[in-house]
Amino acid sequence: MARVLVGVKRVIDYAVKIRVKPDKSGVVTDGVKHSMNPFDEIAVEEAVRMKEKKLATEIIAVSCGPPQAQETLRTALAMGVDRGIHVEVGPAELNTLQPIHVSKILAKLATEEKADIVIVGKQAIDDDCNQTAQMTAAVLDWPQGTFASKVEKTNGELTILREIDGGLETIKVKLPAVLSADLRLNEPRYATLPNIMKAKKKPIKKVTPKDLGVDLSPRIEIVSVEDPPTRQAGSILPDVDTLVTKLKEGGHL
Amino acid sequence: MFKLSLQALGNIKNEAQVLHLVKRVNARALATAAQPKVEKAKDNAPKESRSFMLNLFRGVVEPAQVFPYPEVLTPEQTDTLNMLIDPVTKFFEEINNPLKNDEDSKVEEKTAEGLWDLGAFSLQVPQELGGLGLSNTQYARLVEIVGSNDLGVGITLGAHQSIGFKGILLFGTPEQKAKYLPRVSTGREYAAFCLTEPSSGSDAGSIKSRAVLSPDGKHYILNGSKIWISNGGIAEIMTVFAQTPVKDPKTGKEVDKVSSFIVERSFGGITSGPPEKKMGIKASNTTSVYYEDVKIPVENVLGEIGEGFKVAMNILNNGRFGMAAALSGTMRTVTRKAVEHATSRIQFGRRIDSYGTIQEKLARMAMLHYVTESIAYCLSGNMDSGSVDYHLEAAISKVFASEAAWYVTDEAIQILGGMGFMRDTGLEVVLRDLRIFRIFEGTNDILRLFVALTGIQFAGSHLRELQKAFKQPAAHLSLILGEVTKRGLRSVGMGATPNLSNHVHPDLNASAALAARSVALFGPAVEGLLVKYGRGIIDQQFLLNRVAQSAIDIYAMVVALSRATRSLQAGLPSAKHEALMTKVWCSEASARVSTNLGALSNSESLDNFATLSQVAKNVCEAGGFVQANPLNL
Repeated sequence: MARVLVGVKRVIDYAVKIRVKPDKSGVVTDGVKHSMNPFDEIAVEEAVRMKEKKLATEIIAVSCGPPQAQETLRTALAMGVDRGIHVEVGPAELNTLQPIHVSKILAKLATEEKADIVIVGKQAIDDDCNQTAQMTAAVLDWPQGTFASKVEKTNGELTILREIDGGLETIKVKLPAVLSADLRLNEPRYATLPNIMKAKKKPIKKVTPKDLGVDLSPRIEIVSVEDPPTRQAGSILPDVDTLVTKLKEGGHL
Repeated sequence: MFKLSLQALGNIKNEAQVLHLVKRVNARALATAAQPKVEKAKDNAPKESRSFMLNLFRGVVEPAQVFPYPEVLTPEQTDTLNMLIDPVTKFFEEINNPLKNDEDSKVEEKTAEGLWDLGAFSLQVPQELGGLGLSNTQYARLVEIVGSNDLGVGITLGAHQSIGFKGILLFGTPEQKAKYLPRVSTGREYAAFCLTEPSSGSDAGSIKSRAVLSPDGKHYILNGSKIWISNGGIAEIMTVFAQTPVKDPKTGKEVDKVSSFIVERSFGGITSGPPEKKMGIKASNTTSVYYEDVKIPVENVLGEIGEGFKVAMNILNNGRFGMAAALSGTMRTVTRKAVEHATSRIQFGRRIDSYGTIQEKLARMAMLHYVTESIAYCLSGNMDSGSVDYHLEAAISKVFASEAAWYVTDEAIQILGGMGFMRDTGLEVVLRDLRIFRIFEGTNDILRLFVALTGIQFAGSHLRELQKAFKQPAAHLSLILGEVTKRGLRSVGMGATPNLSNHVHPDLNASAALAARSVALFGPAVEGLLVKYGRGIIDQQFLLNRVAQSAIDIYAMVVALSRATRSLQAGLPSAKHEALMTKVWCSEASARVSTNLGALSNSESLDNFATLSQVAKNVCEAGGFVQANPLNL
C-alpha cells in the first residue's frame, strides 16, 4: 500500500483565448478563467483509481501558486484526493517559477509526507515545460516513469507503458518512483456536486517555499512575451498548374 | 411619504371612520419622521406586505424588496457556487447532447445517469438528506446553465425538484422529509407534480380526482386521472392533488376541498399512458397518469387536509424564479450565436452588425435579457432573505422571462436567416422548447389576470373572503370592490408622486423619474377603474390585461434601475453598458405604461375593445372567419 503525492497546477483554462499584456511582460491573467492543468487531472484520476483498487492508502495533492491555487486543490479533493497542500507563491515569484523550483518543492514534500509515488501531468498547458517529473526524480534520486499511458502495480514494482516516438515501451520501476501522466492514461472523472460539497471539509495545509527551504530566486529572465504571428489568409487556386507555379515562385519546389 | 393602508379599509364601517383614520395617520406622519404604520383596526386586520408590486397597487412605493438590489450570498456560499459552476457547465457542454435528446424524445441514458451522479436532481434537498442544500440564488445560477444548454433536460430536472417533490420540502413533516427526500436524491427515484386533469387546466380548483378516507381510517382511496404530467411515466414519487370530503366548520355540511398527497407508484393501482408527442421539450417525459383505488396511507397527506389548493399554488409560486433564471441562460446562448453570426457575416460589402436593423435587434435582445436576469436574481434574493411576499413578482418573472426568451430566440433565428432555420444550428429546437413556457405552470394569460386582480384586491381590501378570490373571483372580488368603491379611494390620498431618485445612482436620475411617473399614474388609474366599474371590473379583461402589462413594465423598470445602480456603485466594468440599457428600457417602458393606462379610460380605446369583442363574437358564431375569400370562390 502506498501513499501518493499528486502535483496539480492552476493554469489558464484551455478554452480561454490568451491575450498578451501590452508591456509584453507576460499574458493577461486577471479576471481570466483558470482551471486545473488537464494533464494533472489525469494524474489525479490515476491516483484516485489506485486508491479505489486499494493500491494506495492516501492521496495528497500539492499546488504551488497564488491563493486561488486552493480552488484547484478543491477540485482535486472533489475528485477523491484526501488532503491538500498549498505552497503559497507570491505574484512576483510566480512569473519566474520554473520546474527547477517546483521539483524541489515536490521532492521535499514527498520526503516529509513519506510518499511512495509522485504523479504529475507530463506537462502544463501554459508553459509546456515537460520537466517537473524528470527533475523531481532527479532531486529525489528515485526512478521515473514518464509519459505513462498505463500503470500497473505488482509486488512493490510498477509496470509502466510509455508512449515514445514510434511506439510503446514497457518499463518496470521499483518504488518509490515518480510518474508523469500522458493523455491516454485515463479519462478523468467529473467532480460531482456532492463530492465538491464534501471536499469543502477536507483539509488543506498552507506552507511557504521558505518553510520547505526552497529558494525561489529566478533562474530565467523574461525578455519579451509576444503573440504568434497572425496567419496569412489563404487563397483558392483554379488548378494544379497554378498551384505548382505558385509553389515554385515561393521557393517551395 | 406615509403608508396609509387602504387595506385597513376592509375593516372600517363608514366614511367617518376613514376620515378619522386619515387624520390620525397624518398627525403621526407629522409627529415623526419614521414611517408610521396604521394601527390595526381589528385583530384580524390584514398583514402589511413588503412586496413592491402589491404596494404599487395602492400607490405606495415599498422599496424593501427592490432597493438596494439584493445581495444575499455569504462569501462561503459564493465560494461553493463558484466551485459548482464549472462541473455543471462542462457536463452540459461535453456529455449532454440536446439535439440527440430531442431526436430520441428521451434524455439519453448516460446523460440521465450523469445528472444523478452529478447531484443535479437534488440541488435544494438538505445535505443531511442526500442533497446539496443550495439556496434559491445558488439554485438559480445552476439552472441558468441548464437553460443555456437544454430546456428539455431542464424540464426533466425541474419537474422533479422544482415542483415534483418541492411540496415535501416546503410542507412535509419531519417524517415525510426523512422518508422521501433521500429517495428523490441519492435514491435516484424520479418525482412528479400531478395537478392538471382533462377538464381542469387553468381552473385548478375544479379537479375531479377524489380521495376518500377508508372505513378503518388508515388510508385515503384515490381515484381519478391526470394529464400532461411531466415525468409521469418515470416518476416513482408523486405529489398528487385530489378532492377530499371536508366538513365545513360553520355549516357542518360535507364539502369537497382539494388536498395533496405523497403517492408512490408502488402503492399499486397506478398506470401511465404512453409519452405524449409534443412540439418541444421532447426529451422530457410527459404522460397521463391514472389512479384506480390507490391506497394512500393517511400519514402521506401533504400539508393539511383541505389545504391542497394552497399547497399547489405555493409550490408553483416557489418554483417560478427558476424558470426566469433558466431562460436567462437560454437567452445568453442564443444571443451568443446571433452575435457570432452578425459579426462575421458580410452582405452588401459590410458586416451585418453594422446595419441598424441588426443593431436594433441585438440591442433589444440584450435589454430583454438584462431585465429577465435582473428579475430572476432579485426574486431569488428576496426568497433567500425570507420574504414570503413575492407571488406577484414570481408571476411577473414567469411571464416576462417566457415572453422575452421567445422574442430573443425568434430574433436570433432572424439574424441568422436561413442558417437559423436549420436544425444543426441549434436554434429551432430552442424555439420549439420555449413555446411551452408561456403555457405551463399557469398560462401567461391567467398570470396576467392574477397580477391585476391580486393587486386590485390588495388595494381594495384584505377581507377574508377575498383571499379565495382567485379561485372564484367572480363571487368574491366583485363584492369587495363594491365596498371599496363606495368609500372613495381619493379620500385616502392615492396618487401622490413618489420619488425613486434617492434609491438610484445619480446617472440614472432621469430614468428613475420616468419610472416614478409611471408609478404615480398607476395608482389613480387603478382607482379610476374601481370607481367606474365597481364589482364589474372582474369581467373587464381587456382592461385588466393592460393594468397587468403596466405593472410588469413598472416592475421591470424598477428592478433594472436597482441592478444598474448596484453595478455603477460597485464600479463594475459593465456598469456603463448596463446604464445604457436601463435608460432605453425606462424610456420605452414608461411610454408603454402611459399608453396602456391611458387606454383604460380613453374612449377610442374603449370603443376598440368593445369592437374587438364583437369581432371575436362574430368569428365564433361563424365558426371561423365571417367573410369569404375576395374572389368569392
